[in-house]
Amino acid sequence: MYELLTGPMLWLAFTVSVVGLALRIVMYIRGLDWKLDRVAYRPHMGAGLKGAFRSILAFIVPFANRSWRTKPGFTIMFFAFHIGLLGVPLFLEGHAVILKERFGIGWPAMSMAAADLLTIVTLVAAGFMCLRRLVLPEVRIVTDIRDWAVMIISIAPFVTGYVAVHQYGDYGFWLNAHIITGLIWIAALPFTKLFHVVGFFLSRAQLGMDFGIKRGGMNYEGFHW
Amino acid sequence: MPEGKLCNRKPINTEEYLQEVLSDTGGKQYYAEMEELDVDVPKLQAALKNTLKSRTKTWLDMCAHCGLCADACFLYEVNGKDPRQVPAYKIQSTLGEIVKRNGEVDNEFMRHCMDVAWSQCTCCNRCGHYCPHGIDMGVMFSYLRGLLFSQGFVPWELKIGSGMHRVYKAQMNVTTEDWVETCEWMADEYSDDWPGLEIPVDKVGADIMYTCNAREPKHYPEDIAEAAILFHLAGENWTVPSEGWEQTSLTMFAGDWEGCTMQVNNVYAAIERLKPKRVFGTECGHAHRASAIEGPYWAGRPDGQPPAPFRHYVEWVAEALREGKIKIDPAKRIKRPVTLQDSCNYVRNWGLGSITREIISYLVEPGYFIDMAPNREHNYCCGGGGGFNGVGKYRPQRNVALRKKRDQILATGAELVIAPCHNCWDAIRDLEEEYHIGIEWSFLKPLLIEMAIVPDHLKPRDE
Repeated sequence: MYELLTGPMLWLAFTVSVVGLALRIVMYIRGLDWKLDRVAYRPHMGAGLKGAFRSILAFIVPFANRSWRTKPGFTIMFFAFHIGLLGVPLFLEGHAVILKERFGIGWPAMSMAAADLLTIVTLVAAGFMCLRRLVLPEVRIVTDIRDWAVMIISIAPFVTGYVAVHQYGDYGFWLNAHIITGLIWIAALPFTKLFHVVGFFLSRAQLGMDFGIKRGGMNYEGFHW
Repeated sequence: MPEGKLCNRKPINTEEYLQEVLSDTGGKQYYAEMEELDVDVPKLQAALKNTLKSRTKTWLDMCAHCGLCADACFLYEVNGKDPRQVPAYKIQSTLGEIVKRNGEVDNEFMRHCMDVAWSQCTCCNRCGHYCPHGIDMGVMFSYLRGLLFSQGFVPWELKIGSGMHRVYKAQMNVTTEDWVETCEWMADEYSDDWPGLEIPVDKVGADIMYTCNAREPKHYPEDIAEAAILFHLAGENWTVPSEGWEQTSLTMFAGDWEGCTMQVNNVYAAIERLKPKRVFGTECGHAHRASAIEGPYWAGRPDGQPPAPFRHYVEWVAEALREGKIKIDPAKRIKRPVTLQDSCNYVRNWGLGSITREIISYLVEPGYFIDMAPNREHNYCCGGGGGFNGVGKYRPQRNVALRKKRDQILATGAELVIAPCHNCWDAIRDLEEEYHIGIEWSFLKPLLIEMAIVPDHLKPRDE
């Protein structure tokens, strides 16, 4: 089972994810339409890219825009969640060991204690985000089943991984559950709202180009996000 | 009943049809017919297929439902934080639903969409700056308005507005003759005080071509005289076109894209005919957006630029003050609390926040200018944008919407609000009428004329 999961299934999940995301990126860019979007992308590529870059930067850096600054609590929670969500799987010692054994790639890794802490921070932040969905009327009204699905898909590998590492139950079972949920997360990227792992950059870049080219960016300093 | 006599899917292209719709006081019959109007599902599906591409699809699909857009929306705030006013909810429950059902929607749903699109969103684009994914719901509502217009579900006044543009090439029945006569009359009327004052019509190759808002010749012709006086003072070589002088676009508010194209082409034809170095439009936000920002795209210009650089009036004023073409008498500078209204259409969508404040630095004695909070790109809509001011059916909602601006102004303690935008000016006038907060409001032109130093050679000679 372990061999199957970490062999062919792993390849399958990654292939589906990478190909799916690449296709979606290509489709997104090909579907941009200067006339319908009312943005002259091509003739003003320089101004557009400058706007795109500013727009992405303003939202990828904590507190770099007014939206983040007006909601400091949410911003801290949101960044803690995302840093953990990406950082733990990328720099977990156990994952680095696999990379070394299988592919001979040397990969930096964080200590076990750091990974534990970051996992807990991620889960706590996720808890708060779920609580927001339940408690705040303005979030509750827009929340639907897909939002919960995305959340469950995202935190399942963390819960199972944590249980496996700390051997709270049958190690073999939890390890397999961890790998399966991890693969589900990877394969789901192109097909669910998790698409925002690349969609965020596309959408932000598009709006940034809109401002950089059409909405004043070519005449005045860029937009103060 | 498939289509009504007044309320139908046909835009108003004839004077006769325009008169019929106009004579239906308050749109009584028009709205009654709307309740019976069928949805042309195949047409709606075709529109979605042809126009719903990457950007809008992704925006609808990728919304993380985080709710950050809620507090960004002034309508959410003034309506007691009603969750049904959350921008993401508003757009997902209307356009999102139409897309989800692939156009299989009924009359009642379309009427609901109309109410939301024209009374719960002014297309001010503020929510777009607060969304981490950069989802601009103002842009999407504009798109939804287009779908609704093509199906005949549009407020009565905006159906008329679009018809006015189609029939008269202006938002009001001002003909070319009326316009040229008004220009002559104004030049004549003010020439005693301003010897040599002219309003040159159709001068080829001028430095500046000036365009305006049809309400000016129709209701406040003195605004045209003021513009002329200021150009005269500054010694500008300027002109107005006899055709293509009207730069507003109720067609834009209505979602009548074909009408938008007709309207803006008329202005661009004048630019191409008169070949001015630059074009300046009057103190109007949406007109600037329609002719300088979105206009090039409606006209199908691949570089997204008008035929000549097209600027907003405040850009001319700032330049004239900066270069000393107009000098302000220091003794006449404003010495009472004053604030400034940022028009969404040129602050958020054209980046003029610093320009208007540069003007303020010349006009207001230091210490007397108080900025609203928030301001510049983050300022709130006046409450009357996007056509909201003009729709009788939604007047109660519009009056609630004015409260945000009312509170912003009250918090500054200002006695005077400078509002270089027609819709903002109207909304502020209406909020004073509605809420009596004891303020005055003004365009820039009259203030400038009052404060400018008049060189001796331009003064009237004592007989």
